[in-house]
Amino acid sequence: MRKRHTPKDRLITVALHVALAAGLFFAAFPIYWMLSSSFKSNTEIFALPPTVLPKAFTLEAYAAILGDPVKLRFFFNSYFVAGAVTLLTVLIALLAAYGFSRFNFRGKGSLNTLIISTQTIPPITLLIPFFGLVVSYGIFDTYVALILTYLVFTLPYAILLMTGYLNTLPRDLDEAVAVDGGTSWTALWRVIVPISLPGIVATSVYTFLLCWNEFLFALTLTKSTSMRTVPIGIQLLMGQHAFEWNQMMAMSVLGSLPLLLIYLVAQRFFLAGMTAGSVK
Amino acid sequence: MTRQKRSHHRLKRAVAPYLYLSPSLLIIGLLMLLPMVTVIGYSFQNSAVLRRDPSFAGLKHYQAIFADPVFWSSLWHTLYFTCMSVVFHMTIGMVFALMLNSDRINPTLRNILRVLYILPWLFTAVIIAVIWRLLLEPNGVVNSVLMQMGIIGSKVEWFSSPETALHAVTFANIWAGYPLFMVSLLAGLQGIPKDFYEAADIDGAKAYQKLIFITIPQLMPIIISISLLDFIWTMQVFPLIWITTGGGPIYSTEVLSTYTYKLAFSSYNLSQASASAVVILLISLGLTLFYIRYQKAR
Repeated sequence: MRKRHTPKDRLITVALHVALAAGLFFAAFPIYWMLSSSFKSNTEIFALPPTVLPKAFTLEAYAAILGDPVKLRFFFNSYFVAGAVTLLTVLIALLAAYGFSRFNFRGKGSLNTLIISTQTIPPITLLIPFFGLVVSYGIFDTYVALILTYLVFTLPYAILLMTGYLNTLPRDLDEAVAVDGGTSWTALWRVIVPISLPGIVATSVYTFLLCWNEFLFALTLTKSTSMRTVPIGIQLLMGQHAFEWNQMMAMSVLGSLPLLLIYLVAQRFFLAGMTAGSVK
Repeated sequence: MTRQKRSHHRLKRAVAPYLYLSPSLLIIGLLMLLPMVTVIGYSFQNSAVLRRDPSFAGLKHYQAIFADPVFWSSLWHTLYFTCMSVVFHMTIGMVFALMLNSDRINPTLRNILRVLYILPWLFTAVIIAVIWRLLLEPNGVVNSVLMQMGIIGSKVEWFSSPETALHAVTFANIWAGYPLFMVSLLAGLQGIPKDFYEAADIDGAKAYQKLIFITIPQLMPIIISISLLDFIWTMQVFPLIWITTGGGPIYSTEVLSTYTYKLAFSSYNLSQASASAVVILLISLGLTLFYIRYQKAR
């Protein structure tokens, strides 16, 4: 048992709490600053000395973002593309994961290695051939171009996540269907899918997040303002009026909301996805 | 079941996995493996993508890249940025994980802090870049606090002076990336059997001895595999640098990805950019092989 009452022991506990507070400051101050700046007027942001709490609390930055159809379009595009990709990815990955998890077949090991290694392919390497392809098929500056490219990057993660989840489910469940004369397809939809919801949710969350954060391909494969996504929108805001910091912060807050909400509501699923590639 | 029916069933069982995998393999093959071959092809052509009938260029574009001092400084910046990021991600992640795992703190406080410490991870690179640009503005809060404390004498242009820009972007990336280590190490810490520590207590081991002889060796597999993944991913950094410094001032934060991007989409030298992209691919593949070998050995 640990002795709790020696002075030295107390000192260690106090030091630990001081260190925890310092850690909290390091982790959270930049985010706090973004949040508080989004409620300040643009002149107050650079006031000397800096104001920790907004002195004149204002929603003018949010009103400017939410009242501008061009900026709302960025949000629509991000939600639409991320939503579409998530739907497609989860469906396709579920099928592949089922194949990996429930069957033994020739080439299984090498295919698995192939999928693991595609996770690490540098996006910049694929950018140039994608640009060539997208231009030559006439889908430059369209949703299709973004959806197809995002699909390629999300699929390997989704397959690994789903396979990992399906492997935790007992096999007797779907074997029972086979004994009754059902096909593997029936087993998948009648038995596996209903009990895989936690895995499906975790995969969807992670896929959505990858799409929501994507920058490089959105920057290169779209051109018109009406096709841009939120990350590009924030960058454009920076170029247009370099000094509208409060609007940039408001847009950043709004752009972080989906991830923050998912994290707070479904922390377990969120972390499952984020650490999927690493802890196995 | 009749014999015919059974063999029919077995055939179905043999074909089924390939059918389930076919959509994924089709997408990965057509949109990942084929483009990889294409980009290698581009790197040996003159005016790739831009002309319909590009001529063979041999190793010309590779020679051009290796003769370009900006390429070498980009490689060096990438290495500096990546190594510093991984080392500090690991250190900070480890310190935070150990602190949160301590039984000296109240469980409620632990849970609240765990949520807050993960926060930087929830923000996309573009937003992280914008936040740090605001913090490190010459008239921003960091300068004003440092000046008041007397640490700096005059306003520092963190992102726009060649001496500080690379350190500033590296710092921002360190801030953004440690939670991956923290979360994984916390999970790892909870998996270490309690009896190890009890046995050490009986032997009269000190806290630091338990850390060095039990905790760190037990966490080693996680530390190695996450370091490798973090290294591979950090090496591919683009948006953070693109938004904070754009690779400048005077190439002082140019990394391989911004170098390649500029070759392709500012100079429209897509052939040379392809050669540079192939070099990045080869470095990544080398590290990936290492990672896969390590995973298999476990």
